[in-house]
Amino acid sequence: MIDLLYFAWVRESIGIGHERATPPAEVADVAGLIDWLAMRGGGYAEALGDKTRLRAAVDQLFVPLDASIAGAREIALFPPVTGG
Amino acid sequence: MIVTETAIDIAAELDALERAGGGAVATFTGLVRDDGGVEELFLEHYPVATEKALSDLAAEAARRWSLAAATVIHRVGAMAPGERIVFVGAAAAHRAEALEACAFLIDRLKTDAPFWKRETRGQDARWVGERDSDRDAADRWKRS
Repeated sequence: MIDLLYFAWVRESIGIGHERATPPAEVADVAGLIDWLAMRGGGYAEALGDKTRLRAAVDQLFVPLDASIAGAREIALFPPVTGG
Repeated sequence: MIVTETAIDIAAELDALERAGGGAVATFTGLVRDDGGVEELFLEHYPVATEKALSDLAAEAARRWSLAAATVIHRVGAMAPGERIVFVGAAAAHRAEALEACAFLIDRLKTDAPFWKRETRGQDARWVGERDSDRDAADRWKRS
């Protein structure tokens, strides 16, 4: 089981900020996870359909979308950051 | 390094920086702009990752410059125009180090820390998009 976290408009489109899921073994990286989640359709497809608009963190560390998710406990998906 | 839902007390923060034993203190304060009728600015963040990003930034500043103290405070939650969103300060022996460290902290915070802004104007709520100028400002610290 992986904890999945969503922020900003990704959270609003999907409709929840946190859930737990077990992706199938063939999902190897963050991009694969995004595609797998987007297949659920609805708000998932809307939020996750365009990967160029998404950033990710694996276990609280910012990573590129081709980063492996092997052994990950927490994966966050969100838009580019806009703080400060 | 603090993420807070309450107002930033600049006088107290400045006082702490001045007591750190340096000869120079530089600070930056970011305020909510009203940008065409913004009534509310909401700041969302990714709690554990935010704290890690801010302490990593402070650690990098401490490696690059000899600092007596560094402070980063970021508001989260709902704010009105004119309120303080972010406060960054650096204390060092001389002004160059304090000024450079302060600029580094705010430039890199903008691209490295997981905060997101949502502006509300009347019935219209809109998430703020990424700015290329912010990325360029952060990138200059990678070259030097």
